[in-house]
Amino acid sequence: MSNSHTAVAEKPHVLPDGLFVMVWAALLVLTAITVGGSVFFPGKVGILVAMIVTPIKATLILMYFMHLKYEKKAFTIMFLVAVGILSVFIGLTLFDYLLR
Amino acid sequence: MAHSNAAATGAYGTTGSYLNTPAGGGLKSWLTTVDHKKIGLMYASAMFTFFLVGMSLGFLIRLELLEPGTQFVSARAYNSIFTLHGVIMIFLFIVPGIPAILGNFILPLQLGADDVAMPRLNLASWYVYMTGAVMALASLVTGGGFADTGWTFYAPYSLNTNTNVSLAVLAAFVLGFSSIMTGMNFITTIHRLRAPGMGFFRMPLFCWALYATSWIQVIATPVIGITLLLVVMERTLGIGFFDPARGGDPILYQHLFWIYSHPVVYVMVLPAMGIISEILPAFSRRTIFGYKAIAISSMAIAVVGYLVWGHHMFTAGMSDTARWVFSLLTFFVAIPTGVKVFNWIATLYRGSIEIRVPLLYAVGWIFLFSIGGLTGLANGALSTDIHLHDTAYIVGHFHYTMFGGAAIGMFAGLHYWWPKIWGRMYNEKVATTAWVLIMVGFNLTYFPMLILGIKGMPRRYQDYLPQFHDLNFLSTIGSWILVAGLLTMIINLIRGARSGSPAPDNPWGSTTLEWQTTSPPPLLNFATPPEVTTGPYDFTEILRQNNVEAGK
Amino acid sequence: MSSDISHAIDQAPGHVVHTDPETGKTGMWLFLFTELLLFGGLFLIYGVYRSMNEGAFHHAAAELNVAMGVTNTIVLLTSSLTMVMAVSALQRNQVKRSLGFLTGTLLLSATFLVIKFFEWSAKYHHGIFPGKDHLHELPHGEGLFFNLYFMMTGLHGIHVVIGMIVMTVVLFKIRSGALAADNHGMLEYTGLYWHLVDLVWIFLLPLFYLTT
Repeated sequence: MSNSHTAVAEKPHVLPDGLFVMVWAALLVLTAITVGGSVFFPGKVGILVAMIVTPIKATLILMYFMHLKYEKKAFTIMFLVAVGILSVFIGLTLFDYLLR
Repeated sequence: MAHSNAAATGAYGTTGSYLNTPAGGGLKSWLTTVDHKKIGLMYASAMFTFFLVGMSLGFLIRLELLEPGTQFVSARAYNSIFTLHGVIMIFLFIVPGIPAILGNFILPLQLGADDVAMPRLNLASWYVYMTGAVMALASLVTGGGFADTGWTFYAPYSLNTNTNVSLAVLAAFVLGFSSIMTGMNFITTIHRLRAPGMGFFRMPLFCWALYATSWIQVIATPVIGITLLLVVMERTLGIGFFDPARGGDPILYQHLFWIYSHPVVYVMVLPAMGIISEILPAFSRRTIFGYKAIAISSMAIAVVGYLVWGHHMFTAGMSDTARWVFSLLTFFVAIPTGVKVFNWIATLYRGSIEIRVPLLYAVGWIFLFSIGGLTGLANGALSTDIHLHDTAYIVGHFHYTMFGGAAIGMFAGLHYWWPKIWGRMYNEKVATTAWVLIMVGFNLTYFPMLILGIKGMPRRYQDYLPQFHDLNFLSTIGSWILVAGLLTMIINLIRGARSGSPAPDNPWGSTTLEWQTTSPPPLLNFATPPEVTTGPYDFTEILRQNNVEAGK
Repeated sequence: MSSDISHAIDQAPGHVVHTDPETGKTGMWLFLFTELLLFGGLFLIYGVYRSMNEGAFHHAAAELNVAMGVTNTIVLLTSSLTMVMAVSALQRNQVKRSLGFLTGTLLLSATFLVIKFFEWSAKYHHGIFPGKDHLHELPHGEGLFFNLYFMMTGLHGIHVVIGMIVMTVVLFKIRSGALAADNHGMLEYTGLYWHLVDLVWIFLLPLFYLTT
């Protein structure tokens, strides 16, 4: 039975703290890039930078801080389904507003 | 799959009836239980109480429409009555109905588990449900009386009306939480607690249906949650999101509302489809035709269901492109639904059909739901919808799908699993009479509405033009027969549970795991944990036993 | 499973408890999806009104304090770091270290709220607050922008407060030994929740502060 995994309690996958510090540093750098983009290139370029960098930041948090990279594939798939459906909601609604 | 109940060693919770475990517990043992079976029954008692209230309100609506002009309900009161009828039936009965009652009771049994994955969360969801229900009822007597907006709470009227919309809306928000908790619990249970040997594609189809349903509950419900909160914010702080006077767009409210409320019609109907997929093989002694197709079509319906909400808003003022795109997508829903219907019919074909009460309800369901589905295609087409929108046709259509689709499916399931739940049989003759009354009353009540709508009678009015009198009269007569049938059914079920003849463990000769334990099951469901070696609808063993008995 | 059943029954009658880390994690992620969609509804509204009021949104965003927004981003990112280190410390059975990092996370989240409070009260004094007259007198697009700002950062702020309450409970549970290396689930789930709160903020920063 699937819950018999309990008997063989797996040792949790513990990542080294150094890795987390590196991810954190990367997040700060990326934040700086976003802010820099909007301060020095206000308007289209700044927004474009934010639109590219922000999802990268989110991915870093999801993969390392939230361990998604080290969980079963099913978790990633479920997450992508949830995000996908949210994008469908937003996308189809904008279909109405942008084409009025 | 076979195991003997006599092997029970008498460890705590593996023998006796869950109803008597712990012995002599009284009311407190129910209110503090984490047993999925008792929680299911607690949901059942609450929901059927609300169902009776909602039914009485519907009866009242029909009575008012018996003749043109005002009978005994003022136009203002009429607005509140149909809103309350809608809110009770949708939020308190039909949306949580099958998952919370039958899903809770049957899902762990069908998976061969001893409970749901998170039993305490399960109990909590019942209390959250009751809190929401109490809030909804409290909004009746507080503020400016119950909301008169219709169950959809459309802006901008819901922002301005003096009735107590805020509390009603918060009640719906709280009820959404309960729905989410149940959904999370079921997904986790299906992922983690299937019996050894039961892969995803050996799960009974009811479990597949609940799986698809739960995903809709988890993903769609939060959207209505935030939307309803914003309505409250709008009423108290005037944030202007849905208020044209402040630059907001009321149509955006409709978008957000239907982003949830369209997928949620599949929360109502998918579990019913799952029940039908259980009953048909059991009573035709034949494995279900196209198992994988039915399982996958459940998921397909759940996915496509997210893409079509705009068809509720064809006349609201969306862009033309959005309108035809939503119309096109709507027709795609018919494909997985059609796959299911054809597979069900193919299951019956050349089966050795035994006509018993659950099968009657199941076949009645297919009939009613087919009318509901086909009349829905007329709404899904842009041009006809312009004519039919906001008429009695819509009322007829969604009663065929929600009442005919979801509620009749639930009744089918109750008649199918009743002997398992209580260990007692109901009176089959009375149940058949109730079925005839319900089917006749149902069609007499709702079919005239379809015609009335095509002739141009608008919905949600307390009065109508004299030329609509005949059909309205007929519809009201139908509602009397329908109510008589429903009451007969409910009384018969209760009497069966109390004093019916003892039911065997497997009265219908079904194959899924819940029939392999005792009726009623012990607290932990199985004396010996089951193992699965075949698909869910393998009748070889049942047919062999039948032959042996026939040979005796 | 029979061994499961025997150890799964509390002495209290009728209680079945599954202590399966994978089950808890699945439930927690499903809960996070509901949070995602809850905020998602507001992101949708933002998207629609931004597309209708591009100019007004740019104009209104200029009135937000970028320095405060960025400072809060750094505070929150750092709190995520201390949180994840608190989890791995407990997994390695370093209880004191874990308590230290968790306390740090709590202090950082309090800092976040303090900064947020100053931001909000500055706006409040200028009459920019939901329900205040001045906000209603602004052009429609700007009114919508500020109302969205307060609704979204407000909902986010409520999540920060709830997170702090849960963290406090977890803190006491670790101290009392109720949570430990072999039973760290609740801390891990709190961490997941906290990272989601961080994740939402990461999107709020460019949407409100950097759209000028």
